[in-house]
Amino acid sequence: MMVQERYDIVVIGAGPAGSVAARFAAENMASVLILERDREPGIPVRCAEGVSHNGIAPFIDIDQRWIASRIDVAKLHSPNGETANMYNNGLGYVLERRVFDAALCELAAKYGAHLITKADALDLVWEDGKITGVKYKYSGEIRKVKCDIVIGADGVESRVGRWAGIKTVVRLEDIDTCAQYTLTDIDIEKDTCEFYFGTKVSPGGYIWIFPKSDNTANVGIGLSGHLSHPKGPKEYLDEFVQRRFPKAKITYTMYGGVPTAATLDEIVKDNIMLVGDAARQVNPITGGGVVQAMIAGSIAGKVAAQAVKEKRFDKKFLKEYRKEWDKRLGKTQKTMFLMKERFMNMNDERFNRIVEFCQNIPRDKFSLKTLFTEAVKGNPKLMIDVAKAFLVSKIKMK
Amino acid sequence: MKINRDLCDICGTCVAVCPADAIVVSEFIVNIDNEKCTNCLNCLKVCPIKAIEEGE
Repeated sequence: MMVQERYDIVVIGAGPAGSVAARFAAENMASVLILERDREPGIPVRCAEGVSHNGIAPFIDIDQRWIASRIDVAKLHSPNGETANMYNNGLGYVLERRVFDAALCELAAKYGAHLITKADALDLVWEDGKITGVKYKYSGEIRKVKCDIVIGADGVESRVGRWAGIKTVVRLEDIDTCAQYTLTDIDIEKDTCEFYFGTKVSPGGYIWIFPKSDNTANVGIGLSGHLSHPKGPKEYLDEFVQRRFPKAKITYTMYGGVPTAATLDEIVKDNIMLVGDAARQVNPITGGGVVQAMIAGSIAGKVAAQAVKEKRFDKKFLKEYRKEWDKRLGKTQKTMFLMKERFMNMNDERFNRIVEFCQNIPRDKFSLKTLFTEAVKGNPKLMIDVAKAFLVSKIKMK
Repeated sequence: MKINRDLCDICGTCVAVCPADAIVVSEFIVNIDNEKCTNCLNCLKVCPIKAIEEGE
């Protein structure tokens, strides 16, 4: 592959958001270059790796190479030690992100996108007040590539938006600071994800156990950024692991941040679009972002390709991406964000009651909606929003 | 602010909460520009592994 001097679109970051954006842009006849800072897509993994089948199936054929385990049950642990199993959430997977991300990137390449790894984006190139390309470092050399649209898919630590003058900073309350171990030689159920709640276990967040095999799991914690000092996620996680899995061996250690805000006010400007964590497109309650990133990437990629066809790179045209995103998930994310504030401030008594409530729902009646509705009880405005959000997502599923 | 590079995992969480745009991840190193830093301590508070401390 010869790197061209110019492309229609340059995507910064080869995670799920960037690769899916690149794929849809290339599939719709745009010339696309992806710049990836690391030596290969998907590494290092900074993810709990849980996704729903329905979320990813529209974007890639399910392949056992990147599925570690199939999940049917979610088990909730209350602060007082009670548990409740949740069913009917639909099939879920724990992924092998390093293989999954590479597969998404290969799909983009198959449709014609170019890729350079170990290419560290340094800045945007401006001419007459307009973004006209990207400056990056490759093999110790500063290079420039020209383009009409830059898609910033550079993750939680995103700089692309800031370079374009977009306000991307998130409040301490709106970031989860996380630690995770992959533990092996542990006793778990392979088809069950577990969640621990409570102000002592994980203030403003939760601990998760996502099985990767019958004796290996991602065990991690996310704490709200304003409740993670001086005692931080590593300390809470170490205590938990010592209690629940005293004999476990750690095969992988990682740290990271998850934005749990609403989508940024500004995700497009002239010649630029932001997708995924960079745009803060994450479910603010669960912290899940892979599916969100892929949906956003697919919309952004299609709109960018259309922009290339019509030679319209202005904010007004690119805003179609924003409109479509808000329709698909953006509005739901906003509702979830409002609900999050309530979750974050729930006391242990409330968590105990929710788990108790779950224990009493018949297995076949269980749904996330029932759970959320219980969680927001006593706040009528929020209940209406939740009902609407679930109604909207139901209609879309059909 | 000061980064303990022996601890830093280069996860970028600090970058997202910096209101002064003073933190950059590049070439696999996190750098804090103390000229821009306003000492709000957001980065120190969110760092998952406590790799950031006060001081230059």
